[in-house]
Amino acid sequence: MMRVVRGFYSVAHAVKLCKPNVICAYPITPQTEIVVNLAEMYANGELQNCRYITAESEFAAASILLGASATGARTFTATCSQGLILMSEVLYNAAGLRLPIVIVNTNRAVSAPLSIWNDLQDSMALRDAGIIQLYVENNQEAHDVIPQAYKIAEDERILLPFMVCMDGFKLTHAYEPVDLLDQELVDSFLPPYKPKAYMTTKRSLAFGCYAPPHIYMEFRVAMQNAMERAKTIMENVFREWAEISGRDWGGHLEVVNPDAKAFVVAVGSVVGLLRKVVEDLQKEGLKVGLIKLRTFRPFPTEELRKALSEAEKIIVIDRSVSLGYEGNLSIELKSALYGMSAEIVSMIIGLGGRDIPKDFLEKLVRDALAGKEKSGFKGVKEFEEVIP
Amino acid sequence: MRFFGRGHGACPGCGLTIAVRNVLEALDGKCFVANSTGCLEIISSQYGKNAWGVPYIHSLFDNTAAVACGISEALKALGREDEGKVVVLAGDGATADIGLTLHGMFDRNHDVIYICLDNEAYQNTGHQQSGLTPLGEETTTTPAGKKMLGKTGRKKDMIAIALAHGSPYVATSSAVLPADIRRKVKRAADLYGAKYIQIHCPCVTGWGIDGKDVVKVGNLAIETALYPIVEFENGQLRTVRKIKDRKPVEEYLKLQRRFRHLFADPRGKEVIAEIQKIADYNAEKYGLDIKKE
Ligand code: SF4
Repeated sequence: MMRVVRGFYSVAHAVKLCKPNVICAYPITPQTEIVVNLAEMYANGELQNCRYITAESEFAAASILLGASATGARTFTATCSQGLILMSEVLYNAAGLRLPIVIVNTNRAVSAPLSIWNDLQDSMALRDAGIIQLYVENNQEAHDVIPQAYKIAEDERILLPFMVCMDGFKLTHAYEPVDLLDQELVDSFLPPYKPKAYMTTKRSLAFGCYAPPHIYMEFRVAMQNAMERAKTIMENVFREWAEISGRDWGGHLEVVNPDAKAFVVAVGSVVGLLRKVVEDLQKEGLKVGLIKLRTFRPFPTEELRKALSEAEKIIVIDRSVSLGYEGNLSIELKSALYGMSAEIVSMIIGLGGRDIPKDFLEKLVRDALAGKEKSGFKGVKEFEEVIP
Repeated sequence: MRFFGRGHGACPGCGLTIAVRNVLEALDGKCFVANSTGCLEIISSQYGKNAWGVPYIHSLFDNTAAVACGISEALKALGREDEGKVVVLAGDGATADIGLTLHGMFDRNHDVIYICLDNEAYQNTGHQQSGLTPLGEETTTTPAGKKMLGKTGRKKDMIAIALAHGSPYVATSSAVLPADIRRKVKRAADLYGAKYIQIHCPCVTGWGIDGKDVVKVGNLAIETALYPIVEFENGQLRTVRKIKDRKPVEEYLKLQRRFRHLFADPRGKEVIAEIQKIADYNAEKYGLDIKKE
């Protein structure tokens, strides 16, 4: 059913159709509306076999879900920014405990300075936690990805938390026509969560034991293997989804103009704008391709190397930075393309919700193609550095 | 030894293990245990050698109450409430300091029995002060020196905190009172909501006592009124363990290395007097003394 809805609703509706058993929430802008919508559904009796808990912090929300997930429940929460960072101790733990908690992160800048607006610093900071990370381009994709997230995370060959990353405000609060799924389709795609190992008095298993040096590493290796396996399993799930829903979001990445020699690489909502930029540059006769990277963890190294094997220039659009080094996406890309000869230019833009107008983006790409733009922060005003 | 024991690595005489065994037996093993990081977790949860005969989870130091809430809610959502009770076993540091996020559990009144195994310091890391360390105790972070004579603040009143949150059942007990532990845990299990039981657990290494003196020291804590044994239901004081001839606090303190400095240093007298005041206050507050005719 096609409806014009805001991003947060498209997520909440999809979550409802996945029949979670425990939803736990702590409000944080711009995530709040997701859990507010779920609360409304809960209050109206639309969520069966479900408990909705208002936690006292994101730290508690993640912890409650950890306990629930270990007991065999399907769980959901949403957060971002400081909330995600506050959850991070628990999320690292949940990953190690192999609990398939699904989180929507409505990407938002981190403090200080305080900013409620969008960039990708929060989720990038959790890169190493053992959580699957997928970035969506629009609200339809956010909607479609939720059932897939559960299916992937709960696959017993994977069993890792799954974080769907959607740009705060830019997507969460934007109205878009979304073809809302129906229960039947989701039911046919997503079976109930039936873990092999969970907390039950019928079988006393211990979770979260400590591991001395002779065995700790093996657990980390097991997580790495799960991430590796996830690559293929995710592809299959993506394909299955495309077949039953009729909407193909690509695999780990989507390539526009695969024959180009120069490529722009980006994640998230900015891809939508870049499609137009690339299209317009093509019309001008500039041959430039676009890579929309969907999965960030596990990182699709092979696919990227293949897609960029003939590339001479790669322009990376970064919306977060590893301070003291450079844009996070460009770090990842350089590492993935090690040994290949393409020049990589990293453009750090849009931090803290700074506007990214199409003209600005187009100029950046054009100038980079012409060799006139080097790596670094773009669109920064003159500013007197404050040293306290 | 049915539900807990085989292979645990506690110091001989440790109060924790007695308390834990009695908690699990009172529930006949029909329970889910959430355990915070600490002595109990380290002595019982080594991979491949875990000592638990009940479903057990250790997540972190600071989130055990919330994890237990999650278990409790999941059991409801999945229609498995009859499987057993949800029990937290947490140390004093995990309860009164880093894990005082426990307020969320009280606030939402999840059906959980929260048990604080109170050995009055961070023993697992080698005896550092926690919020439940009593006045005057020497720990490695509150040493006795020229300027300072052990911990300066009082023991945090977790009982009052639990009561202030409207907990339906709040009690104290001691590892030296196994029957009392079992009765209180059973009572807590009968009541719905977020229950709090604080069990005094002598620690041989941290307190500097002989294994054979554990029972004596544990009893003296009660007989001096330094550890009042009380029980509240719905905010009302229901039972207290009366004391026949209340002993002076010195008798309790002098047996333990952690208070040794109070007797060696002339200023110790003042601190002991302060500690006596706390005991007197407890006795008065809960009516612990059996009045002589
Ligand atoms: S250090 Fe204390 S609490 Fe820890 S195991 Fe030994 S006696 Fe028990």
